[in-house]
Amino acid sequence: MLYFSKLKIIFILIISLFLILIASSNLFKFDNNFLKRNINLGLDLQGGSYLLLEIDNKPVIEQKLQNLTITLRDYFKGKNIKLVNFILQNEKILFKVNEKDKQKVLDIFNDKKSEINPYYERFKSHQLEITEENDFLSVIFSKQGLVKLKTSSQEQALEIVRRRIDEVGTNEPNILKRGNDRILVELPGLDDPMRIKTLLGKTANLTFRFVSNNNEDSFGNEKLNYEDEEGSEFVSKRIILSGDNLLDAQPRMDSDTNETVVTFSLDRVGAKRFGKATSKGIGRQLAIILDGKIISAPVIQDTIAGGSGQITGGFTFQSATDLALLLRSGALPAPLNIIEERTVGPGLGQDSIDAGIIALIIGFILVIVFIIVKYKIFGIITNTALIINLLLLVGVLTLFEATLTLPGIAGIILTVGMAVDANVLIFERIREELKNEKNRLIAFDSGYSKSKTAILDANITTLLAAIILFFMGSGPIKGFSITLGVGIFTTLFSVYFIARLLTVLYISKNKNKEIFI
Amino acid sequence: MIAFNKYYNQFNILSISLVVISLLFLIFKGLNFGIDFKGGILIELRSTDSKVNVSTLRDRFNQMDLGDVSVKKFGNETDYLIKFENKDNKKNIIEDIKKNLDKSFGNNIDFRRVENVGPKVSAELLKSGVIAISVALALMLIYIWIRFEWQFSLGAICALFHDVIVTLGLFSLLGLEINLSIIAAVLTIVGYSMNDTVVIFDRVRENLRKYADIKIFELTNISINETLSRTLITSITTLLALVSIFIFGGEILKGFSLAMIFGVIFGTYSSIYIANTILVRLNVSQKTILKDEEKN
Repeated sequence: MLYFSKLKIIFILIISLFLILIASSNLFKFDNNFLKRNINLGLDLQGGSYLLLEIDNKPVIEQKLQNLTITLRDYFKGKNIKLVNFILQNEKILFKVNEKDKQKVLDIFNDKKSEINPYYERFKSHQLEITEENDFLSVIFSKQGLVKLKTSSQEQALEIVRRRIDEVGTNEPNILKRGNDRILVELPGLDDPMRIKTLLGKTANLTFRFVSNNNEDSFGNEKLNYEDEEGSEFVSKRIILSGDNLLDAQPRMDSDTNETVVTFSLDRVGAKRFGKATSKGIGRQLAIILDGKIISAPVIQDTIAGGSGQITGGFTFQSATDLALLLRSGALPAPLNIIEERTVGPGLGQDSIDAGIIALIIGFILVIVFIIVKYKIFGIITNTALIINLLLLVGVLTLFEATLTLPGIAGIILTVGMAVDANVLIFERIREELKNEKNRLIAFDSGYSKSKTAILDANITTLLAAIILFFMGSGPIKGFSITLGVGIFTTLFSVYFIARLLTVLYISKNKNKEIFI
Repeated sequence: MIAFNKYYNQFNILSISLVVISLLFLIFKGLNFGIDFKGGILIELRSTDSKVNVSTLRDRFNQMDLGDVSVKKFGNETDYLIKFENKDNKKNIIEDIKKNLDKSFGNNIDFRRVENVGPKVSAELLKSGVIAISVALALMLIYIWIRFEWQFSLGAICALFHDVIVTLGLFSLLGLEINLSIIAAVLTIVGYSMNDTVVIFDRVRENLRKYADIKIFELTNISINETLSRTLITSITTLLALVSIFIFGGEILKGFSLAMIFGVIFGTYSSIYIANTILVRLNVSQKTILKDEEKN
């Protein structure tokens, strides 16, 4: 156990120096690309917001089923089968069909190559499931169908969320999928998440529809409220224009009225439709509707043919900017709900760093003093190994650009406390061996080898706990498991290579003197 | 040599009663779950305004119709911690609160930390916390089962359960909050307690091989004494580090470090007075380990 080959010593030195160099790149700014690494600070240390958004897929499912009723009716009409009494409820379509055609309908749905019920070839499961329910046939999305629907709306939502956040311009946002109906947004350094939360809370479904107070409208109408003011209007269900037709939107100051407005420009299809509608509807009120609320409903004065226009609605500059941003980045496929939010202000983050560092320094000093009192010269060896251990730990964290959280700092301090354990086990064992063994070298050697199983067992048990935390823990806790886990490896390295090397050097230099431990 | 074995019976009775009392507390008083596991909103705010104090803040919050609101000082004179359930799941509630407070106190209030955990997320966090601790205990059991004979595993597991249950019982008794970082602390305690037990067991096994004629009652005592200075030194250095986190590490780490401090103390105690006494009660002898080694 006590012999070190030259090669091994060089190897130990290289690894240690390399990691210490990497660790130092947190303090000095290196030009070298490889060395230009940093430990990232978690949101709890640098301040920022963590938002977990859940996509409410219910409207999407209902919309899809709504469209499906029309598709089904038309498809079976082509096969001379009449589907009647369509009812849409609880994410399920119910309809009736002649008793003699029932089996045919079921067969078409369950056919592996069904035209209206796809996916079977690829997923061994259909998109839709059909069952008999009393007199009705009922159609719902299958498990696989729901998964596909959810992942596709998640993908769309992710894109829109990213666009909206990019437009606001925060630094290095982190936008990730979670499961198949959640999106995680991390916004480091963001002091006040209010604006982004409001922006993400809006679906931004924009429509232009005529106000129609009479019931003549063949599409039917609905009563909608104004966004800010009191009052409501009956609005046709026919959509003249939707947000999809927008090319651009910008906040602007109207020089005539001195009012903040949002100007927009339309694509070709949109411009044509808008021109036609405005020329036919002169004198009528055109309602501009966002997420089911009327922003404004101006009276059309003249045909608007150029494909651009403006929205008024008593905006402040801020609200006009936000509306323009929402319109530019597009509508979300479904509403998003914030189901978890954690925001830490930069002030608290800095305080946590300060407190963590003070705790680390004081804990470190206490441990060092205690060990020196207890072990004298071997205490110095242990402490040297401990300091190198810390540097190596920081080096590994830097090498992988790990994220340091407040519990992570606690993990480092805990490592300081527990790292001496292995050295203590060894030294205590050597003490015992020295009682019976005259040859000091043999005593040291057997001290090392006999304590080995206990040290390994002890570290493996802690490592197991760290691994579980890493996989099951969330956010800051993960940070704790990383420092604790990495700490175990650097501890073993520093004990078996550095402390042992120093011990060997010391006893070979003092061969002829009495050694106490 | 200290005669630890003289008190095996007394301390076993003490431990059993501690576990029973803890279980009673856990069943009847329950744990004080934080918003991580219960759902709700937490706001840490700072204000240097002299008008702002616990009672004025409580008045303000009660007027906002948020249900039960807890307002407490948090560390500093200027810091407060506010918690409530957000039963109606109101949207934009934090912004509304901020506006409301700004109106009554001027713009003198700084929200240093906001946490809002929805009911679905908190249920998931609780579930994954419970799973994490169960998986950890199971893994430890398997590990120790592979490394030692079943009598040893039983001893180690009893010690583990003792530590976890008594620590949680103490949290229940003192009404301390259980949040995500406490789960991390409990898992680390599990690791630490195991660590301690393994070191002593390792020695017991070594001594079993060496001395055929010493009864396990004596043998455990010898092993405890031989490893005692290591047990003490490691516990002391770990406690030094933890106490430093507790005192200087800031309010957020207080609960975490306190749980760990309890855990280390119980862990050290249980590896001496629970793990070993199980070996004694199961009458472990040289045969126990030799039988197993012959098989291999």
